[in-house]
Amino acid sequence: MGTENNLQPKKRTELLNCLWAFQNQHGYIRDEDVAACSQALGMSQVEIEGVLSFYHFFHRQPAGQFTIYLNNSIISECKGFERVKEAFEKETGATFGGLDPSRQFGLFETACIGLSDQEPACLINFYPFTNLNTLKVKSIIAQLKQGADPADICDEVPDNLRHVPQADKAIYFRPYHPGAALQKLKDFSPESLIEEITRSKISGMGGAFYPTGKKWELCRQQPASPKYIACNADEGEPGTFKDRVIMNALPGLMLEGMIIAGYAVGSAHGIIYLRAEYTWLKPKLDMAIDQFYRMNLLGKNVAGINGFDFDIHIQLGAGSYVCGQETAMLNSMEGKRGEPRTRQFFPTEKGYLGLPTVVNNVETFCAAARALELGADYFLNTGHPDFPGTKVLSISGDCRLPGIYEIEWGTSVKEVLELCQADDPHFIQLSGPSGECISMKEIDRKIMKGDLPCGGSFMIFNKHRDLLDIMMNFTEFFKSESCGVCTPCRAGNFIVQRKLEKIAKGLAYTTDFDDLREWGKIMRMTSRCGLGKAATQSLLMALDKFPDYFNSKVDNQKEGLNKEFDLDRAVAEYERFTN
Amino acid sequence: MTKKITITIDGQKIETEEGRNLVTVAQEKGIFIPSLCYYEHIDPPLGTCRVCTCNINGRPGPACMAKTAEGMEVEVYKPELENTRKAIVEMMFSEGNHFCPACEKSGNCDLQHMGYEMGVAHSRFPHLFKDRLIDFNPKRMVIEHNRCVKCRRCVEEVLTDDKKQVFSFQNRGNETVVGIDYVQEAKLSEAQALAAMNICPTGAILVRGKSMAKPFGDRRFDMTSVRKEEPKIFAQMTKGNDSFEKKTIATISLAGCFGCHMSMLDIDLGLLDLIELVDFDKSPLNDIKEFSKNCDIGLIEGGCCNSENIEVLREFRKKCDLLVTVGECAIWGGLPAMRNTIPLGECLEEAYLNCLTCETGEYIIPHGEELPKILDKVYACNEIVEIDYHIPGCPPTANHIWKAVKNLLWGEQFSILYSEFKYD
Ligand code: SF4
Ligand code: SF4
Ligand code: SF4
Ligand code: FES
Repeated sequence: MGTENNLQPKKRTELLNCLWAFQNQHGYIRDEDVAACSQALGMSQVEIEGVLSFYHFFHRQPAGQFTIYLNNSIISECKGFERVKEAFEKETGATFGGLDPSRQFGLFETACIGLSDQEPACLINFYPFTNLNTLKVKSIIAQLKQGADPADICDEVPDNLRHVPQADKAIYFRPYHPGAALQKLKDFSPESLIEEITRSKISGMGGAFYPTGKKWELCRQQPASPKYIACNADEGEPGTFKDRVIMNALPGLMLEGMIIAGYAVGSAHGIIYLRAEYTWLKPKLDMAIDQFYRMNLLGKNVAGINGFDFDIHIQLGAGSYVCGQETAMLNSMEGKRGEPRTRQFFPTEKGYLGLPTVVNNVETFCAAARALELGADYFLNTGHPDFPGTKVLSISGDCRLPGIYEIEWGTSVKEVLELCQADDPHFIQLSGPSGECISMKEIDRKIMKGDLPCGGSFMIFNKHRDLLDIMMNFTEFFKSESCGVCTPCRAGNFIVQRKLEKIAKGLAYTTDFDDLREWGKIMRMTSRCGLGKAATQSLLMALDKFPDYFNSKVDNQKEGLNKEFDLDRAVAEYERFTN
Repeated sequence: MTKKITITIDGQKIETEEGRNLVTVAQEKGIFIPSLCYYEHIDPPLGTCRVCTCNINGRPGPACMAKTAEGMEVEVYKPELENTRKAIVEMMFSEGNHFCPACEKSGNCDLQHMGYEMGVAHSRFPHLFKDRLIDFNPKRMVIEHNRCVKCRRCVEEVLTDDKKQVFSFQNRGNETVVGIDYVQEAKLSEAQALAAMNICPTGAILVRGKSMAKPFGDRRFDMTSVRKEEPKIFAQMTKGNDSFEKKTIATISLAGCFGCHMSMLDIDLGLLDLIELVDFDKSPLNDIKEFSKNCDIGLIEGGCCNSENIEVLREFRKKCDLLVTVGECAIWGGLPAMRNTIPLGECLEEAYLNCLTCETGEYIIPHGEELPKILDKVYACNEIVEIDYHIPGCPPTANHIWKAVKNLLWGEQFSILYSEFKYD
């Protein structure tokens, strides 16, 4: 027990880290680990279990010497998920959701792991393996069986940076010199800094577009202290991988943004909430943080400003999409279940530990750092007159050049499709499953707030992709990622899934589509957070935008008072038992 | 020093103080806003069930989370909102496995009560029949996961003397359940355990030996509505005509217990009127086995558990102008649907091969040409054919059946009293 006592959490906020430490040590979290946490924190065991069972990367049963998480997002599905899944089962002798008899391999599915430009992809002990196919799986498993370390044989993940606006328009992907922004910090007071950020019109890049300057100002005005700066590096929206590339290519820029925010609002603590899917990026971030301490860009009297202290640490998530929602993320950072909070307070008033907190995502912090480095005027000169700035898109799916595109706001869908060489697009899913479904009739629309706001995910599907399959993939995703707290989302997604299964079986009537419309609307009206509100959005849009496709799913001849019913299927089990 | 303010609820001006809970304020003024998870003592409110959705200053949101403010405009009784709230309650019934007639809490249950107040006769959503456990491990309590609506009251409110949680949500999404800590539960005093049972709006938390509800009629929500004006459920459809031709009725019991037929007989003296006015065609009441003609109304008791039920139900649909499901079994499966969470194979083994009175190897699962085939689960009638009207109850009250039948035959306006609308 000696060593294990060191793992015990001293504070609730350390709970997730401790659970990780236990799991990394034993491959899963044992009963005694739960007991140890409960003892150390003075919490009941059921509460600890409640926290750990919320996150799908925590295991209460052995999960294998090699734990393999295969991405089951729609892009992976399009690129050969089923074949790869079979290959893994064949090669390891395990079935998904469990272990092989020798307990060497554990196979699990997981939602998007931020590698949509190189699917199918998986994580093995949290190291990335990309562009999988049957042969590659065979070779990986053979190597592991011979004792290879996943850390040694995993893939180098390319950034696939495909497009940057011309030189005087690029904001993110342009030469970066550590400290370039922070150097200018001393010329500003917190107030004038916020003024500059406001003038550059930066807004939240996660998709909510809340003005960043305003958010910082709200937090600055709060009398309570300490205050916190939280960086949301939990991009979980399927099809998004921009933060992965930004953190890989420009980790320092993100840190500078956080430090600037700290200066602006009067905070000395920054926390990066990094999704566990990006565990393999953590060493890179740690290095950048170390370098900043050495350069005196973190620590005491940061950037030579007397009295301005700032430190940054990383909090690893543990597998939950909804933790990308800012209040859910705050709960998770506090060592709780990642349930979104009710909207009583803004985080700027009561955030992390109930204290004023600025939550921005990776991209927004980077934009803020550039705003200071390049000046607000530079920003105003880019993008669309009504909506200046650029946006980093993660493009995946049916195109020749999947990857990262920095585009100016106001770029049309058509231009983007040309850039990434999508030859045969049929429809586009913008901003992920909770975003918008776009048909080819709308490709002249512009990507920007006011027309097509976009959080970063841009998934392209050609004619051969089945719309219903895609919608069923989305529904399964929402069903399993719902936090389960409110009725319409917890039960609603489950119910919608049943309905889609019915349609897929060919037992549908046109009234079933009317039902979906009504039910989707109810979920949107009543759900507690954005996840439930947005869960049926794409489905409803697809119903409206692709009526011919959905009409082909029903045979109107059948409609009558007797409903379609598959009697053979219903008695099959009985026949099996009595024969 | 609370500020006096004025808010408007459905056009009615209401004077109150600033910052108070909207549900409570409305209630004081006799305006009923449905609520389930809301519990006055929990602050901030939980906001989990969403049954209280209203328009607040033009936007839909939970009333239980709203605090009164000057000029606040609230819409409660608008058809769209009523429909939405009703849908949420229906969702809860579809999501859980609620067998009210077999539930200790029946009559004292807030969920059931909401169903009564809103006139939920059937759920528009398919029942999900998710397999859930009943946890008998705690020393003093039984946790019936089938009935939990995840309101979260117990998580927040039930604490041991040293402030540890006894309950906590486990898992997420539709796998979410309320977990109980056996060690902490054992520390609760008798009074604390009873308080936990009482704080649960449904029958999910039971204290052994203390859980049986009061006798019928004495329970909290049995007889009277909480509303000032009792809700009345009008038949949505009146297909009947006023010709004095004698009408025909057919009835059948599918996967039911004949309880609903007994309830039909409970029409008592009404029955005498009825046979003056209608003929009974195919029905167990007169033992006529085959349809002799098309009928005006078919009354269906019981859901479909075997292939014969399906055939018969389809025949009824063809032969009857109006089809009415009578009772919970016909409406959504009812008690026979308790088997829906268990694979058919296991049910058959348990019933025919491994039961106490079986000797190993001696029994077989009955089958043969002449026997109907058992379906993988019990199906609600409206999964098989269109149903025109639902009469809830297990069994429904005779009055409800009689009023509904009269209406359907002659198009008479009718209203169902609160006390005639039951699930048990
Ligand atoms: S909508 Fe409700 S159940 Fe869904 S994630 Fe949000 S709070 Fe949780
Ligand atoms: S009485 Fe309430 S808890 Fe019990 S089965 Fe009915 S609805 Fe569910
Ligand atoms: S057990 Fe009862 S009190 Fe607890 S969440 Fe479920 S319904 Fe609510
Ligand atoms: S009573 Fe308002 S959300 Fe439950």
